[in-house]
Amino acid sequence: MSQMNMVQAINEALRSSMRRDKRVVVLGEDVGKVGGVFRVTAGLSEEFGEERVIDTPLSENGIVGCAVGMALYGMVPVVEIQFADFIWPAYDQIVNELAKYRYRSGGEYPAKLVIRTPVGGGIRGGHYHSQHPEAAFIHVAGLKIVCPSNPYDAKGLLLASIQDPDPVLFFEPKRVYRAAKGEVPENDYIVPLESAKVVRAGRHVTVLAYGAMLYEALDAAAKASEKGVEAEVIDLRTLWPVDIATIVTSVKHTGRLVVVHEAARTCGFGAELVTLVVERCFYHLEAPPVRVTGFDTPFPYSLEMEYMPLSHRILPALLDSARS
Amino acid sequence: MDMIPEKPATFRPGEPAKVIRVLSDDGTLDPRHDPGLSDAEVLDIYRWMVTTRQLDERLVALQRQGRIGFHVGSLGEEAAIIGSAFAMRKSDWLFPCYREFGAALMRGFPLQKFVDNMFGNANDTVLGRQMPDHYTCREVGWCSISSPVGTQITQAVGFSWGAKIDGKDVASLVYFGDGATSSTDFHSGMNFAGVFKVPVVFFCRNNGWAISVPVERQTATRTFAEKAAAYGIPGVRVDGNDLFAVVSVVREAVRRGEQGLGPTLIEAITYRMGGHSTSDDPNRYRATDELKPWADRDPLERGRLYLERRKLWDDRKELALIADIDQRFRAAVAVSEKTPPPPLESMFEDVYEKPPWHLQEERAELLRGPRAPSPHS
Repeated sequence: MSQMNMVQAINEALRSSMRRDKRVVVLGEDVGKVGGVFRVTAGLSEEFGEERVIDTPLSENGIVGCAVGMALYGMVPVVEIQFADFIWPAYDQIVNELAKYRYRSGGEYPAKLVIRTPVGGGIRGGHYHSQHPEAAFIHVAGLKIVCPSNPYDAKGLLLASIQDPDPVLFFEPKRVYRAAKGEVPENDYIVPLESAKVVRAGRHVTVLAYGAMLYEALDAAAKASEKGVEAEVIDLRTLWPVDIATIVTSVKHTGRLVVVHEAARTCGFGAELVTLVVERCFYHLEAPPVRVTGFDTPFPYSLEMEYMPLSHRILPALLDSARS
Repeated sequence: MDMIPEKPATFRPGEPAKVIRVLSDDGTLDPRHDPGLSDAEVLDIYRWMVTTRQLDERLVALQRQGRIGFHVGSLGEEAAIIGSAFAMRKSDWLFPCYREFGAALMRGFPLQKFVDNMFGNANDTVLGRQMPDHYTCREVGWCSISSPVGTQITQAVGFSWGAKIDGKDVASLVYFGDGATSSTDFHSGMNFAGVFKVPVVFFCRNNGWAISVPVERQTATRTFAEKAAAYGIPGVRVDGNDLFAVVSVVREAVRRGEQGLGPTLIEAITYRMGGHSTSDDPNRYRATDELKPWADRDPLERGRLYLERRKLWDDRKELALIADIDQRFRAAVAVSEKTPPPPLESMFEDVYEKPPWHLQEERAELLRGPRAPSPHS
């Protein structure tokens, strides 16, 4: 065990995957000598060489298209898209190709790869370094979507993602890349995909959160507790397929639901989560489900703290829900 | 002033304006680029070209009769398609566009499986999940087919690049039309392959048309081959209706890859004699007299002239071959038509390796729910 931040934990998962399996290659912009703009791939080029840690030309479409081809051959590419905001040139390759390969080829060509990319705001990144685009990928059949909130989960989930037989998008909450610290075992271990975690038990209201917003939800829950409202906070960890059983168990217990995410509200992941809960727990609900989310605007620079669903916006939602 | 030349720079290495041609109008071969094919090899290629055309005609007829939903044919492009695939090694991989079924059959994709795909039945290798002509056959190094143009180009690069990292000599040949040279994946694929010296044969079937859009609307360059210059790789133009020239050029491209020299762009000049697909009516955008000069350069007739000069072929052999194809095709259609559609459950398989909870729920919903009145009604 050693204290690590998320950047170090993800780096460990990459390093051990590359040591264990020669098929694993890392490719992306600046992932080589400089170790990525967030240093997540630091030192990998030195250990594994330029052939397996590949600085690519600046084309997300080219990176993902080539990675799909490598996967068809039998390699296990782990792609880094420098910021999730830059992923859109690769959207066609991800949606029409990667996600559909196994299906459209009758199972002959499973295209297994992992796309890692930093997501989220609160780092003064403005519109093009802050988006949290999970909903656009959850909607696509064939993809698995992961978003860890802490170093332990980040390592265990990335190891699971690399070993998983299906394509995985691995969203890394960059606001807590270094701020979230914790004990991380040196050995390899797996945090299973599709497993959410109850990180705070409570009986009055269920809060679903993930990535950097988990900490805002926990902060709001602590403040709500001072006012006599006990929130149960669930870290979803894998966004899709989501751990529906854990969510349903909790909401049937509390009768109330608040969903938190940074992305814009309309057709955001919260819409799906609320619907899933309403379909399964309608007669257990004591209050209307609430979404605390980013607004339906582009991500703003100067007003980013007002845009994001931080603790100060989550707290009133918890109190209102619990008291209604 | 005078810094920017009045005309775009012409591409010197490889002289792309020149068209490599081996088979002359009198059926003799130009020794400079003669691939040295044996009689048996030429006969093999010719038979596959005839097979491709015969199947094309029969598949269009099936579509017109309403028995299959769609077909995208290769009329006039048989030498480009069969010759290029013939030149690849067995260990190499082919990344199809969607107009190259003859090449798949020649590589060993069973005719029955191809016809099953045309019907989208339970024996279709892709279980009726895609339109006709979107089959796959991993066994013979044939990748899965996508309808959007160009997406297979970057994938072909990644495939051989992966093999290269793995220490294996696997070339990829990727087919695409003139229209796909306008796609993002063409640029990305050429660029990546150039930078990382990946052994890819970029095989552009310049057949003059992208549905209704002529080549003049795809590019302002004189040729497609000269685009290679922008990526630091060689580009070459070849007579796509000359099976000998196609084999020669593709073989040389494979050799370059073997020697670590990286990719090659080949522009095969041919002509789409039919519509884009059975859904298209080319009379709406091109005059029939445009076909005349290309009909005179028909790849099958040119191949046959060579064979007849060498006393290797005659009407009797041609008729026997056609009768054989007809018999095998009819037998395959009879089997395919009797084969049921894919089972309902198959809709939910292969989305992921194992269906997650939501697909299990949806599968149960479909199975217990009412059935659609009839397929494709």
